[in-house]
Amino acid sequence: MRTNRAIRTPGGISVRLDVRAAVVVGLILLAALAASVVLIGTGDFPIPAGDVLRTLFGEGNAGQEFIVNELRLPRVLVGLLVGASLGLGGALFQAISRNPLGSPDVLGLSQGATAGALTMIVLFSGSAAQVTTGALVGGLVTGFAIYLLAWKQGVHGYRLVLVGIGISAIVTAVNGYLLTKSTLTEAAQAVVWMTGSLSGRDWTQVWPLLWLCALLVPLVLANARGLRMMEMGDDVSNALGVRVERVRLLLLVAAVLLTAAATAAAGPVSFVALTAPQLARRLTRSPGPNLVPSLCMGATLLVTADWVSQKVFGADQLPVGVVTGVLGGVYLLWLLVTERKAGRI
Amino acid sequence: MLLVLVAVASIAIGAKGLSVQQVWHGLFEDTGTYGDVVVADRLSRTVLGLLAGAALGLSGAVLQALTRNPLADPGLLGINAGASAAVVTAITFFGVTSISGYVWFAFVGAAAVGALVWFLGGSRGATPVRLALAGTAISAALYGYLQAVMITDDQALNKMRFWTVGSLSSANNSTILQVLPFLAAGSLLALTLARPLNAMEMGDDTARALGANLNRTRALAMLSATVLCGAATAACGPIVFVGLMVPHIVRSFTGPDLRWILPYATILSPVLLLGSDVIGRMVARPAELQVGIVTALIGGPVFIFLVRRRRTAQL
Repeated sequence: MRTNRAIRTPGGISVRLDVRAAVVVGLILLAALAASVVLIGTGDFPIPAGDVLRTLFGEGNAGQEFIVNELRLPRVLVGLLVGASLGLGGALFQAISRNPLGSPDVLGLSQGATAGALTMIVLFSGSAAQVTTGALVGGLVTGFAIYLLAWKQGVHGYRLVLVGIGISAIVTAVNGYLLTKSTLTEAAQAVVWMTGSLSGRDWTQVWPLLWLCALLVPLVLANARGLRMMEMGDDVSNALGVRVERVRLLLLVAAVLLTAAATAAAGPVSFVALTAPQLARRLTRSPGPNLVPSLCMGATLLVTADWVSQKVFGADQLPVGVVTGVLGGVYLLWLLVTERKAGRI
Repeated sequence: MLLVLVAVASIAIGAKGLSVQQVWHGLFEDTGTYGDVVVADRLSRTVLGLLAGAALGLSGAVLQALTRNPLADPGLLGINAGASAAVVTAITFFGVTSISGYVWFAFVGAAAVGALVWFLGGSRGATPVRLALAGTAISAALYGYLQAVMITDDQALNKMRFWTVGSLSSANNSTILQVLPFLAAGSLLALTLARPLNAMEMGDDTARALGANLNRTRALAMLSATVLCGAATAACGPIVFVGLMVPHIVRSFTGPDLRWILPYATILSPVLLLGSDVIGRMVARPAELQVGIVTALIGGPVFIFLVRRRRTAQL
C-alpha cells in the first residue's frame, strides 16, 4: 500500500493524505464502536449486541431502554471521552516534551489531580461532585506550576520533563501524607479513586467532557501543523514561520485541560496516555505526533480495558485502572523484548 | 562535621524534650531513667537513618553513572515498586505482620525487579533509554497489581499506606542488624567501581579503549545499586529523592569524577536524610511528618532549582 497520496483539486489546493493512517483511524474507530456496544451489553443483566444496537436506535423495550440509556450508555461515553482526552493529551505531552515517556502520569499532572481529590476526600469528606472539582483544580494548578517553573526563555522539552518529575515527587509525598492522615474508610475510597474507575458515571459527567472535547480537539488539530514542524527543533520551526512558544503554550494548556478533565471524571487511569500514542504510531507507521490516531486509540483502549475488567473480575469488582496498569506494563515489556530482539533502541 | 551535628540533633530532638544532660546519660552512663529508653530508641533510629541515607545516596550516584541518566533513581528503575509489591504480597498472602518480617520480602522484591530490569533492558548492552523504559514498565505493571490488592484487602491497604511514605520510626536494633551486612557489601562494591564507571562516562567505545570491562562493570554496578537501595527500602520504606538529589548536589562541587562523587554522596546523603527526619519531628510536634515526605518536600524544590539553574546540555 502506498502510504502517501496527494489529492489535488482543480482550484489548485492540494492535500496530502496518509492512506495508511486514514485506514488505521477507521479501523480503530470501528474497534471502539464495537467495544462500546459489547460493553453496553455486559453486566449483571447481559444484553445481546443486536438488542443493544436496536435500543440505541430507539427501538428496544422499556427495561432495556432504561438499562442502556440511563445506566450503561453514559458510562461508556465517559469511557470513550476520557480515553480520547487522555490519548490526545498524552500525544501532545509526548510531542512537546519530545520524550516517549513524557506522559501526564510521569509529569505529575495525574498526581496533582489526585492531590486535589484526596484533599476533598480526606480533609473535607467531600461529595462526589466536590471530589471532581478538587481533582480538576489540582490538575490545573499542577499544570500551571509545571509550566511556570519550566519557563526560562521558553520551555524546553527536557526541562519540562525534569520539572514535572520533581513536582510529581512532591505531590506524591503530599498524597502519601494525606492517606496516612485519613481513616481507613476514606483511604479505601481514595484508593479506588486513585486507581481510576468508570463505575457509576452518569450523564452529568458526560456533558462537560463532551463540550470540552468539542472545543479543544478542533483547536488542537488546527495547531497540529506547528507541532509537526516543532519536532524538527525550535530553530528550524522558527525559520519555517511557526511561533514556537505560542503554539507550545496553547497546546500545553489544551493538553493540561484535557488531562485534568479526564482525570476529574474517571480518576487517574494509568498508562492510557502513555501507551495510546505509542500504539497509534506503531500502527500508522507515520512520523509526527499522530494526534487523531492517538485520540481514537485512547478511547478504544479505555473502553476495551473496562470490558476486560468486567469480564475477568465480574461486574464492578475491580476498577478499570487496574487493567490498564497491568496491560500497559505488559505491553511496554513486550515492546522492550521485541525491540531487543530486533536490535533496535 | 555536619554529619556529627545532625546525628546529635537527631538524638536530642523529638516529641519528648530531653536535656543535654539526659542525652549524655543515655549515651554513656546508664541511669535507668525514662530518658535512657528514649535515647536508646532515638539512637537506633539515627543509626538506621545514617545507614539508609548513605545507601540511598550511593546507589543513586551509581545508578546515575551507570545509566548516564540524570533522572535515574530507585523509583525510576522500578526498585521501589518491586519492594512495595513484595511487601503487599507478604501482608496479604503470607499474613506477615511485623516489620522484621517484611524486610526480607521487600529485599527480595527489590532484587528481583533489579534483576528483571537488568535482564530486559541491559543484558546485551544497556542503553539509558532502555533501562529507564524497562523500569517504568515494570513499575506500572506492579502498581496495577498493588492497587488491585489494596482495593480488595483493607488490611493490606492499612499497612501499606503507612509503609509507602517512608519512615524511620520503625527502627530497632534487629532491623539494623538484618540490613547491615547487605549495606556494607553493597557500599564496598560500589566504591570500588568508581574507576571503571568513570571510564564509562566517556562513552562505551572510549571506555573499552581504556580497558574497562563494560558488561562486568554494568552488572556489578547494577548489583551494588540494587543491594543498597533494596536494603534501605526494606528497612524504612521507599524514600524518594535522596538518591536522585544528592549526586546532583555533590557533582556541583566535585565535578564529574566519580572517585570523589561516590564518597561524598555517601557522607552527604545521611546528613540530608537525618536532617529531614529531625525537621519532620520538629514541625509536626507531638506527631511527626514521615521522613519520606520531608525529603520530597525539600528535595523537590532543590531539584527544580538545579534543573533551572543549569544549562540543559550539562544535565
